[in-house]
Amino acid sequence: MSDLRKINIDGTEYELPGEYTLMQACEESGAEIPRFCYHERLSIAGNCRMCLVEWVGAPKPQASCALQLRDLRPNRDGTPPNIRTNSETVKKAREGVMEFLLINHPLDCPICDQGGECDLQDQAMAYGRDSSRFEENKRAVDDKHMGPLVNTVMTRCIQCTRCVRFITEVAGVPEIGLASRGEDAEITTYLEQSLTSEMSGNVIDLCPVGALTSKPYAFNARPWELDSVQSVDVMDAIGANIRVDSRTGRVLRILPVENDDINEEWISDKTRFVWDGLSRQRLDRPFIRRNGKLSPASWDEALALAAEKLSGDPEKIAAIAGDLCDAESMKALKDLMDGLGVKSLECRQDGAKLGGSDRRGYLFNTTIAGLEEADAILLIGTNPRFEAPLINTRIRKTWIAGDLEIGLIGEKSDLTYPYTHVGTSASDIAKFMKSNAGFAKVFKKAKKPVIIIGSGALVGEGGEAVLRACGELAKSCGVVRDDWNGFNVLHNAASRVAGLDMGFIPGEGGRDLQGILSAAASGDIETVYLLGADEIPTAKLEKAFVIYQGSHGDNGAHVADIILPGAAYTEKDGLYTNLEGRVQMGFAAVSPKGEAKPDWAIIRALSGHMKRELPYDSLEQLREKLMADLPVFAGIDYISDSEESGVFTPETLGSDGKISATNFSLPIDDFYMTNPIARASKVMAECSEVGSTAAIKEAAE
Amino acid sequence: MGQTGKVTGEEGVGNMAQLLQDKDRIFTNLYGLEDWRLEAAKRRGAWLGTKEMIQQGHDWVVDQVKASGLRGRGGAGFPTGLKWSFMPKEVGVRPHYLVVNADESEPGTCKDREMMRHDPHLLIEGCLLASFAMRAHACYIYLRGEYIFERHRLQAAVEEAYAAGLVGKNACGSGWDFDIYVHHGAGAYICGEETALLESLEGKKGQPRLKPPFPANAGLYGCPTTVNNVESIAVVGTILRRGADWFTQFGRDNNKGTKVFSISGHVNKPCNVEEALSIPLKTLIEEYAGGVRGGWDNLKAVIPGGSSVPLLPKEICDTVLMDFDALREHQSGLGTAAVIVMDQSTDVVKAIARLSYFYKHESCGQCTPCREGTGWMWRVMERMVRGEAETSEIDMLLNVTKQVEGHTICALGDAAAWPIQGLIRHFRHEIEERIDNYRAGKPVFVPAMEAAE
Repeated sequence: MSDLRKINIDGTEYELPGEYTLMQACEESGAEIPRFCYHERLSIAGNCRMCLVEWVGAPKPQASCALQLRDLRPNRDGTPPNIRTNSETVKKAREGVMEFLLINHPLDCPICDQGGECDLQDQAMAYGRDSSRFEENKRAVDDKHMGPLVNTVMTRCIQCTRCVRFITEVAGVPEIGLASRGEDAEITTYLEQSLTSEMSGNVIDLCPVGALTSKPYAFNARPWELDSVQSVDVMDAIGANIRVDSRTGRVLRILPVENDDINEEWISDKTRFVWDGLSRQRLDRPFIRRNGKLSPASWDEALALAAEKLSGDPEKIAAIAGDLCDAESMKALKDLMDGLGVKSLECRQDGAKLGGSDRRGYLFNTTIAGLEEADAILLIGTNPRFEAPLINTRIRKTWIAGDLEIGLIGEKSDLTYPYTHVGTSASDIAKFMKSNAGFAKVFKKAKKPVIIIGSGALVGEGGEAVLRACGELAKSCGVVRDDWNGFNVLHNAASRVAGLDMGFIPGEGGRDLQGILSAAASGDIETVYLLGADEIPTAKLEKAFVIYQGSHGDNGAHVADIILPGAAYTEKDGLYTNLEGRVQMGFAAVSPKGEAKPDWAIIRALSGHMKRELPYDSLEQLREKLMADLPVFAGIDYISDSEESGVFTPETLGSDGKISATNFSLPIDDFYMTNPIARASKVMAECSEVGSTAAIKEAAE
Repeated sequence: MGQTGKVTGEEGVGNMAQLLQDKDRIFTNLYGLEDWRLEAAKRRGAWLGTKEMIQQGHDWVVDQVKASGLRGRGGAGFPTGLKWSFMPKEVGVRPHYLVVNADESEPGTCKDREMMRHDPHLLIEGCLLASFAMRAHACYIYLRGEYIFERHRLQAAVEEAYAAGLVGKNACGSGWDFDIYVHHGAGAYICGEETALLESLEGKKGQPRLKPPFPANAGLYGCPTTVNNVESIAVVGTILRRGADWFTQFGRDNNKGTKVFSISGHVNKPCNVEEALSIPLKTLIEEYAGGVRGGWDNLKAVIPGGSSVPLLPKEICDTVLMDFDALREHQSGLGTAAVIVMDQSTDVVKAIARLSYFYKHESCGQCTPCREGTGWMWRVMERMVRGEAETSEIDMLLNVTKQVEGHTICALGDAAAWPIQGLIRHFRHEIEERIDNYRAGKPVFVPAMEAAE
């Protein structure tokens, strides 16, 4: 900290780093600086002029967001520069700017969704004049179409350009801009087309006024009526921190919660807008299939029948855990199945050949925030934009900040940053290892190289061989060293890492996913327990007796013989391990629908019916057992230190085998339709349609 | 205009003591009486000894310009030599650039146009010298969108200079490689603001940047850049040739040198003329522009430096000197030295309202006070033109101009505020009269005197 600067703020002297902006310095001193256009994760625009402060001696007030301490000169007599945040000049300047912002802003707060959480309202109260001097007609601006998610009332816009900067810089899809000039300047999308970014919803949070609001949430509630609970998202394996807002037992919106290690303060559109799926297609009471038709049943009937079906030969029973499961319910199911002697357990619905090894063999070891140190990234069989949008924005952020180069082996697509397309199939990994030209050269010279392997590369027959090849590549290119671990597996299911951590995979002699499916078709497996598993070809289970436990009537429920209604992620407390191996705690925002119950409790009740009571009567006891059996779950919010577990040898992962030359397929066809909740959501369906029609239109031209 | 040039020469005899002599004019072909091409320009002195001047070194050029006391001719009047010395002394990984601001859009101003039409080689030579002084190998001339003819002329002159080896590799045989590019803008007033100009030159929307960083540190493409007005650059060759001492004989202290004035409005012979700074405004108008229409006593007001500066009423015009400091003392400014003369027939409120419309139209819309304030001020001005206002609104308007002034990213906010402040300062009674007339049901404005025609 050699570059410390002395500065006098409101009469007190401070010594602060030279790279601080005046705004940061003032906040450090405790002074509040109002602002509209400034946002700490976006570039500085300096255009709202609300943050003006007085620099004593300067001819005019200064925009504190844009001026660094090192730009300030000391006074003539050598004393530190004097900054005033509460002088008459500053007060006048703020009143002036506030007045200008308000003269053309409509007085429609009573019908504005931003009301109650509006920066303009708040700051007008704090820094504005008491009345208006503006006698002219107010400006009216046509509303713009921005797609199914973002509602616009452009007359309210104060042209702060936060949305423009977000969509250009963070989302990397420059679709919003400021057209025209002067007082005719308008925020718009090009030709009023729908936004195509999967991050577009964030502009709603960024908009300091009610110009961009949430279309699905429109006119639903006032912020002060909502109950808020902080929780964890399950739409992908990132574990974005979210705030679930509900009223009278209904989730009404989902907002991001700041967590610099994971989602910064963004969330994807799927995370944000999936909530309407929580009240559709719900399984709200137990069902039993009688004469080929599902008919309502009581919990006792359903559990008794399930207990009976699970009491047979453990060789003929299998259990599959889905993508959205909390760790506790998987633990309870695994304990129950272990007790029965069932070996055919599976949590990898995509069939990726992972797990059973060193934990670092299936984690995102670099960590999400760690990506910012990387100088070369090789993506293998993945499209992070759809599998983990927030990892994609992190890669883009790193790319913008410095000399990051990116290569891709797999299907080409628009990732919002440029990359070298190195190949499309598993055999290209070996070629890449031998090559020393182009991106391979860059990658091998990189100080902090990163490999990101998507599940698209690890599925199918050759999955283990691909994993081995990736491990060898990692070894040979210095991706894994004592001081750096650039070996990363990109999961796309929230439950996956927890499942792998607790060994929810086939035991000795057990069947894996393909094995279970074919055995069920052939009759070798008679009973299948699906814990929220909907992403498998369920048609193959038609012969078997299927017990489906979950929240939504989706693929799994269609083939079920017994339905045990569970809770969705917003309705239960639960632990989720994200792809980095970080355990996070989610909390219930509302109660489960109808007769549905938290998933662990259903399994606990089932164990009672089987006279094999699991040794816990509360979630706390279950967690205690979970953490005792698997200490890795005890470090809530931390990534357990991997150095303790010895040397990581990626080259021993997977197994040798034939490397196929067929192209990697991507695990996600439709970003908006990846799980039962999303498939139940009308908003997601609309987004999906917009996405596909946009593609068709493009093709037609 | 050609005629005016002749008249100047003859009349100059009688006023030797105060008027600039032809021998001391830099722009000897300002009226296009002679050929603009290279050969003719060389006969007039351009490109003479350029190589030798370059051989004196970078710092010598800067020091000479500093010693000449040249102040920027684009409006702000910042000392040119000092500005050049802000450029890094060594060229690092980032190249240096000179950008010439030929986006002459200030209402009333047409001096750069004439220079580029008739004396383009002075500008090109100046570009070479200035670029050399700042260790720049490339210079961009950003031309106003409407200047089509000037662009063709300038481009032809540049090509002549390339063909003659005066610019390009080893320019003038000096060993300095120098390229010059003429870039055409799209015709937005705001692109005359130096950082908006850089944005536009980079191919972006012309919106001013925040300062700091100043262009000398991070300008065009993030590289050290100096942006100068056409006239500031075009005079450099002659200053170096004739010496800083020659240049400093003209004008008062801190306001040295000669300057091209554009005189327009209610004068008998509107013209561009090069004169020494600190010439009395009255002399300037009477000697060169044929006097105010209807005589000096028919004068109502003068905007002395392009539309952005506050106007001056006749009492001040009687004695004021045309230089930076004298006009500043009267709360106006020299600006681009575009003198807009208004006689007694002028509806001065309407005139200023028209300027307000101009600024409202040209505001880039980036920052709040200018975007919202220019429209508000214009609308109030329009009502005042019609008299449909409250007397109290005059003070409110003045207050709004103060709220815009100094609170914006660039100077357009100030430029929009100043004319109105000048109006209220000097012609408040006219606005009040209008409001009273409107209320009394009388015609709101009766010109003091019908136009002479």
